[in-house]
Amino acid sequence: MSAIPTSSPTPDDTRQRGPLAEVLFSLLRSGTFLTGLVIVLFWVGCALFGEHFAPYDPLADDIINALAPPSAAHWFGTDQIGRDVFSRVIVGSRDILTVAPLATLLAAVAGTALGLITGYFRGIVDDVVSRILEAFMAIPVVIVALLAIVALGTSKTTVIVVIGLSFAPIIARTVRSAVLAERELDYVAAAQLRHESALHTMFVEILPNVIPPILVETTVRLGYAIFAVATLSFMGFGIQPPSPDWGLSISSNYGMIGGGFWWTVLFDALAIASLVIGVNLVADGVHGALND
Amino acid sequence: MTKSVTAENALELADLSVAYRVAGRNRAVLRNLSLTIGQGEAYGLVGESGCGKSTVALTVVRYLPRNGSITGGAISLDGQDVMKLDAEALRRARAESVSMVYQDPGKALNPSIRIGRQLTEIFELGGIMGQAAQDRAIAMLNRVRISDPTSVMQRYPHQLSGGMQQRVAIAMALANDPSMLILDEPTTGLDATVEAEVLDLIAQLRQELSASILFISHNLAVVSNMCDRVGVLYAGMLVEEGPTEVVFNDPRHPYTVALLRCLPRGGQRKDQGRLDTIPGFLPGIGAAIKGCAFADRCALADDRCRTESPPLYDLGGRLSRCHYHERAQALPRATPSNVAPAPRAAAAPVLRVAGLNKTYASHGHALRAVKDVSLDLRPGETLGLVGESGSGKTTFARLLLGLVPPDEGGTIELEGKALAPRLADRSDDQIKAMQIVFQNPDSALNRSHSVRHLISRALKRLAGLSGKALEARLNDLVRSVRLTDRHLAVKPRQLSGGLKQRVAIARAFAGDPRIVVCDEPTSALDVSVQAAILNLLADLQSKEDVSYIFISHDLAVVRYLSDKIAVLYLGRIMEFGPSEDVFSGPHHPYTEALLSAVPRLDQTETARIRLDGEIPSATNPPSGCVFHTRCPRKIGAVCEQQEPPLSEAQPGHSIRCHIPYGELARLQKAVVTEPA
Repeated sequence: MSAIPTSSPTPDDTRQRGPLAEVLFSLLRSGTFLTGLVIVLFWVGCALFGEHFAPYDPLADDIINALAPPSAAHWFGTDQIGRDVFSRVIVGSRDILTVAPLATLLAAVAGTALGLITGYFRGIVDDVVSRILEAFMAIPVVIVALLAIVALGTSKTTVIVVIGLSFAPIIARTVRSAVLAERELDYVAAAQLRHESALHTMFVEILPNVIPPILVETTVRLGYAIFAVATLSFMGFGIQPPSPDWGLSISSNYGMIGGGFWWTVLFDALAIASLVIGVNLVADGVHGALND
Repeated sequence: MTKSVTAENALELADLSVAYRVAGRNRAVLRNLSLTIGQGEAYGLVGESGCGKSTVALTVVRYLPRNGSITGGAISLDGQDVMKLDAEALRRARAESVSMVYQDPGKALNPSIRIGRQLTEIFELGGIMGQAAQDRAIAMLNRVRISDPTSVMQRYPHQLSGGMQQRVAIAMALANDPSMLILDEPTTGLDATVEAEVLDLIAQLRQELSASILFISHNLAVVSNMCDRVGVLYAGMLVEEGPTEVVFNDPRHPYTVALLRCLPRGGQRKDQGRLDTIPGFLPGIGAAIKGCAFADRCALADDRCRTESPPLYDLGGRLSRCHYHERAQALPRATPSNVAPAPRAAAAPVLRVAGLNKTYASHGHALRAVKDVSLDLRPGETLGLVGESGSGKTTFARLLLGLVPPDEGGTIELEGKALAPRLADRSDDQIKAMQIVFQNPDSALNRSHSVRHLISRALKRLAGLSGKALEARLNDLVRSVRLTDRHLAVKPRQLSGGLKQRVAIARAFAGDPRIVVCDEPTSALDVSVQAAILNLLADLQSKEDVSYIFISHDLAVVRYLSDKIAVLYLGRIMEFGPSEDVFSGPHHPYTEALLSAVPRLDQTETARIRLDGEIPSATNPPSGCVFHTRCPRKIGAVCEQQEPPLSEAQPGHSIRCHIPYGELARLQKAVVTEPA
């Protein structure tokens, strides 16, 4: 009968912490979340203020010191035209940290709308839209990117749109399944019994209750988006020179590894990995806090 | 397995204290609880939810959750000190001498393992292997009166009905011939007819077995039928204990007195006065208690009660934790029983339903959820809908509301005007005229919205109010369901079940409805809260002249509120008539069985009618009279071949049965069934 109380069940207690405060409280006690947050904030700091504390101009070449190994003057060494790798890694966070979050935001907004529509209307609407989304998901991002670049030309906007739209169906699928469960609850029937419009029911009644899964999925997608941006840049479809972007740097230097100039690639690769890990730790923490 | 030398008592709890750690603080749940259960005795533990009943059950076998700890006292099981057992000895004790049966058998059984395997596993733990274990398992299933054990062994839990699952759970509990059986609300989730069967089974098994029983339930009537002695738990303390019959007939603690008064009994009806309630709330877990724990809610309490905590007074064979136990029954009513004016037998029907059908397509079969239902309802009247789960009560309600479109052909008329079958095609006036209070307020109230938003949105949409007028009406409405301003700012999750249901009622009444459908509105609530909600519904009805369609499996509750009753079986009305006629009989054999299944407090053992088997599938209903497969009064081939019409036996009272009315009267007089 009575479940084991995990919070004080005083029936009339109106002074409990609100749900948001409770989530924040458990986030701040989550080591996973805090570790991830520190990593992400470090890179955000670099993106915002990197040029002020980078020891060199990341774009300035110095042919005499080209391909110098790591030393006291150049901590991470220099690349083939003598640019300081350390400064480039720090400033290189800027483009990826603009493009990836914006792409994710686009995916979250479009995916939430699509998920609400398919989950709320069900039936034929769901069948048609879901099949289209599935077909879309079956096309690799790279091919979409290639086509988009041919059509729109290379720009950050293209990258944002390509990644945003490729991720939207994935978020839509998560939202749809959460909405399908909410749809069965009686408050939706109660809304119908007030002749509420479909828009009101979707966005005012259901949306607030499916925020937690959307939040988790969006953070997870951000990790993938960072990876996707780096990949596209590496392949030349993404961020364009002369940006010190990590993916781009790896792309222009990876031929050097064979010659033993590992430092031109390794630090950029580590930067990408650490950012992805940081975001994933944050996502894990958020997931844990929301599903306690 | 050799049993140790039998101790005098099967279970002894001495000064047991248990606390749960919540938000960094230990909060007391059980406070110096002492009780003993003798060998072969059945002991009932009753009390409202949150008073610690389940914690007792978990503590006995040291199954407390991670945040729970035993902070004092001793537990002795068959003379063994449970606190001193190491992990292995504890495992053996759990495997061999104590068994538990929980409320939800669906969760107690592993969904992916066949019943047979789950049963033989228990014997294999005891060293019985192969065919011998199989035979023992079949014998166990026979013992719990499962008629076809070999086929049940092959099935998965989800292929069994709730009643069958609970029998299997009981069979598993009994497999090792435990000396102690703990039943934690074993029938709470079951239909009354199935509950009656399971209770009968437990009663019969008691005769065959030596096991002592700890029976935990919020249902006083069930405990009164099953147990020798009963303990009443309040805020983790035993407040009264004694032989069941004595405690329930002559309670000596105001809490017991009040609990018993909350129940609609002896055919009490809304026009004979309101139910009594218990004001206030159970102290929260871990609350510091000064004096008597019940003092805040007790009208008898004086300064002594608030300062001096009462001991358990020994009243000769029984105990009461009340300073004034000798006058506990003088407890004044918390709610005046002021009789509402009798409803005017008047006016044209507010609702008229004719030939309503609903057919679902289920795997290529037609599932007739509602078949040919016709009835009408007058203003200010309550129509009670009763029947087992699967009888179509909720589907019928959803058809009326337009949430599900009915089949072509039937008509629903509201105040003389036909209602469109689909909600979207109904006018705003029609929509606000018919509203619903759902069973589960957690599902019905949007958890993201504040109470203020929930009610004002309804006022805006249904009453077309805004601004000052809305604010004024909101205040009226909140008062009329007895909520206060401070409840408006909070989200539903911060309210108790009873308060949430009041919010749902306020929302339903926002547009001055003509009809409110109440779908089991009190089934998730404690009796004291249930009484308050039923009173509120009765008050609102006499004030607003609204009609109710009241769905409940609790016949005493239906009887309290209803003017008319419709008994549904497989989507068909089997009996329809004024509430008193339906309850006092003569009634349809199905109604008779439903009434007979209700456990009663007064323990007058009448010849009980038991329904065999389960409600048949609606995709393949029996031929002729759909009830013939289970009917105890079946008269012959005619029942199997012809569906009897719903014929008017007396003015306004119709019965769907081949047995003539006079004959039913004669048959049912033989077994005097004084209704619940």
